[in-house]
Amino acid sequence: MHRHSVLRVTTKLLMPFILLFALYVQFHGDFGPGGGFQAGVIFGAGFILYTLIYGVENARRVAPEPVVRVLIAFGLLLYIGVGYAGLLLGGNFLDYFVLAQEPEKGQHLGIFLVELGVGTTVAATMVTVFFTFAGRGRP
Amino acid sequence: MLLSFLAVMALAILRLRNLLAVVMLSGIYSLLSAGLFVTLDAVDVAFTEAAVGGGIATLLMLATLALTTDEEKRPAERLRIAPLLVVLATGALLIYGTLDMPSYGDPQAPIHRHVAPRYIADAQSETSVPNVVTAVLASYRGYDTMGELAVIFTAGIGVMLLLGRARKRRDD
Repeated sequence: MHRHSVLRVTTKLLMPFILLFALYVQFHGDFGPGGGFQAGVIFGAGFILYTLIYGVENARRVAPEPVVRVLIAFGLLLYIGVGYAGLLLGGNFLDYFVLAQEPEKGQHLGIFLVELGVGTTVAATMVTVFFTFAGRGRP
Repeated sequence: MLLSFLAVMALAILRLRNLLAVVMLSGIYSLLSAGLFVTLDAVDVAFTEAAVGGGIATLLMLATLALTTDEEKRPAERLRIAPLLVVLATGALLIYGTLDMPSYGDPQAPIHRHVAPRYIADAQSETSVPNVVTAVLASYRGYDTMGELAVIFTAGIGVMLLLGRARKRRDD
């Protein structure tokens, strides 16, 4: 791919914007279309674009396998952790209104953390699946 | 009109044997579905469908095509009657079953009168989140979203277990 200079330069220029847009979609899911699933997919797509142009080895240096593996589990654990926090603080499982002083702030915090967990797991899963497919080579 | 495009795409995907063209058509099919969802005012769903169906699914199919052959095998020439009759009968039964359903988007339909009015009316005040879709997804139906996340997690683990190990064993 070292001869495709246009692709390489464009990818390097676009990558920060793609990742930034993914973060925007994640944190503005409360006010517009978006949320965890969409943001995770866009974030993963940014990494996949980098992998397509620069190869799996370079991409592995940015996103090493143990880190991505831990991130897959971390998102789900964060979600279930918020559920258990609701249980420990006096409400039912996944009750958000007990998480802060006022119920509305608690709802906001709960939804924020939950969507963060969703986005993390989805992004890590997309990256892992693509790395697994791309790293096999022709049988 | 979008629906007729979708039907044409589906027929083309059925008839084509060049798998690269089939994958590209599936990507276009997903994009058309996203447009359909936008015309139905379901922007969140359209966003997700465009990103996942038009982006990630097409990419992964292409990566799979790089590992396998890229032409579908020629099907058996003989037309088989019995499976065709079973499929036609099942399809006819399903269409007959949908004739009884309330008309699309009818505000008097039962599903729009149970909890949906309460969600739409109270979501902003109860959760302080203006986007009703996010409020329903993450707060009112948070349990379901946890299940969806568990499904994605299982898919990732499954791919890692089934495909990740084989490469290491071949290197040894």
